[in-house]
Amino acid sequence: MKKTIQEINEKIRKGKAVVVNAREIIDIVEQNGIEKAARDVDVVTTGTFGPMCSSGAYFNIGHSKPKIKIGGGKAYLDDVPVYTGFAAVDIYLGATAMPDDDPRNKVYPGEFAHGGAHVIEDLVKGKDIKFEATAYGTDCYPRKKLETHININDLNEAVLFNPRNAYQNYNVAVNLSDKTIYTYMGILKPNLGNANFCSAGQLSPLLNDPYYKTIGIGTKILLGGGVGYVAWQGTQHNPDVPRKDNGVPQAPAGTLAVIGDLKQMKPGWLVGTTMCGYGVTLTVGIGVPIPIIDEEICKYTAVKDEDIWTQIVDYSEAYPQGKKESLGEVNYAQLTSGAITVQGKEVPTGNLSSYSKAIEIANTLKDWIIKGEFLLSESVAELPGPGSGYTFKPLKERELVS
Amino acid sequence: MTSQKIVLHFPRKIVNQPVIWTLIKEYDLECSILKANITPSEEGLMVLELKGNNDNYKLGIDFLTELGLKIQPLSQDIIRNKERCIDCGVCIPVCPAGALEADPETRKVSFNDSKCVVCEFCVQVCPFKAMEVRFE
Repeated sequence: MKKTIQEINEKIRKGKAVVVNAREIIDIVEQNGIEKAARDVDVVTTGTFGPMCSSGAYFNIGHSKPKIKIGGGKAYLDDVPVYTGFAAVDIYLGATAMPDDDPRNKVYPGEFAHGGAHVIEDLVKGKDIKFEATAYGTDCYPRKKLETHININDLNEAVLFNPRNAYQNYNVAVNLSDKTIYTYMGILKPNLGNANFCSAGQLSPLLNDPYYKTIGIGTKILLGGGVGYVAWQGTQHNPDVPRKDNGVPQAPAGTLAVIGDLKQMKPGWLVGTTMCGYGVTLTVGIGVPIPIIDEEICKYTAVKDEDIWTQIVDYSEAYPQGKKESLGEVNYAQLTSGAITVQGKEVPTGNLSSYSKAIEIANTLKDWIIKGEFLLSESVAELPGPGSGYTFKPLKERELVS
Repeated sequence: MTSQKIVLHFPRKIVNQPVIWTLIKEYDLECSILKANITPSEEGLMVLELKGNNDNYKLGIDFLTELGLKIQPLSQDIIRNKERCIDCGVCIPVCPAGALEADPETRKVSFNDSKCVVCEFCVQVCPFKAMEVRFE
């Protein structure tokens, strides 16, 4: 039996839709079978809450009197440099940007206590942010210097626009070397001291729709505690990695570019994050509803941690050198049990992504849908899938000829 | 038998005295130094696990107090800021004392400060700055 998104939305409007989260659907399918579950359930809500470096926000700060053309000049929000290569008062703040005078890794490992992600968090909290800009001055924009405070409520636009979020699966990071390393996957202790992973596993959006059959461009989502949309496939989208029989990729695969009005996002769902010795990043909360339009989709959403496999990668050598070497394959049930075995050694595991927050996100989205406050959208275009020819290529370096 | 983890604050004037030596030799106490930051002519701080029979333990503490050291129980000194913590659990594998654990069902993280040895590794590891050191 098949359902359309319009039919599901009609049920949502009437308050009759059956909505469950991606954890609950597992038991429902186990107890009732796919056929009945697909008939009974209308929407499965997914969630994820983890560090997502390729994030940022753009703002239109409004025109001062006299006017200033920040485009082509320099500007800072709470000492964090913003991108100014747009029109007069449009700026983009990247999550990983940090103050010019931050010592970075000169004192190793660097602390990275403050950066773009923390400014985004403070903006969402409604805090006033110091804004400084210098410009070269033109006939129509004569002002050369501006120092003020800004507040998110006073900005014309404040839009979260993240080029790559919600990775469909990710590596398990370990360290085979004999010294501690500081990575975007956290601090990795020497000689397989710990193994870090970063996924909500069975709750994660793209792991519940492995072939992007319902999630596409235009899909309405929960983003940072507010409403957002899938804008495009994320950068490094890579649908053609090996997959298990259930369709789930065995390595990092699909990604999403997402967009949403930052003004309606909520504190606690966009968190400034510090990776010791690595840098600053933003932890983003995303929830995606999956309409149960047929049995096939229902089967995908019932995926369990034990059916999702990923690769163990050495971040002391293989990852930095771009070698595609796996130390083995593990599933998320093993990863969440607290330890995995790598090269015969028991290695304790840590997750950078919060499972309990992912559940909270999936449940929030579920509540919105049950209350009729959130209708599902039909995607306007598909994300590139396996066999589409869309790949993630390494950089071809060429010698410069002068 | 008494066994406790304590934090000792050394005023500047007694930084150069053999305090631990006295605890061992005179009071027959087992001393495990978990952390020490004592620099001549500055105030110092030491986290100590102190173990011995009840009488000796009490006499040892009296000795420290009379010397002018401020003593406080250790458990107050690493604090988990629940506002900042997102319950990810990346701190769990690096804790040498098993003070951080995830609930197998909810996967929320719990911090058992009585097991904590104040190595501060979780403080460095936590991406959300949720683990804080508080020395009063």
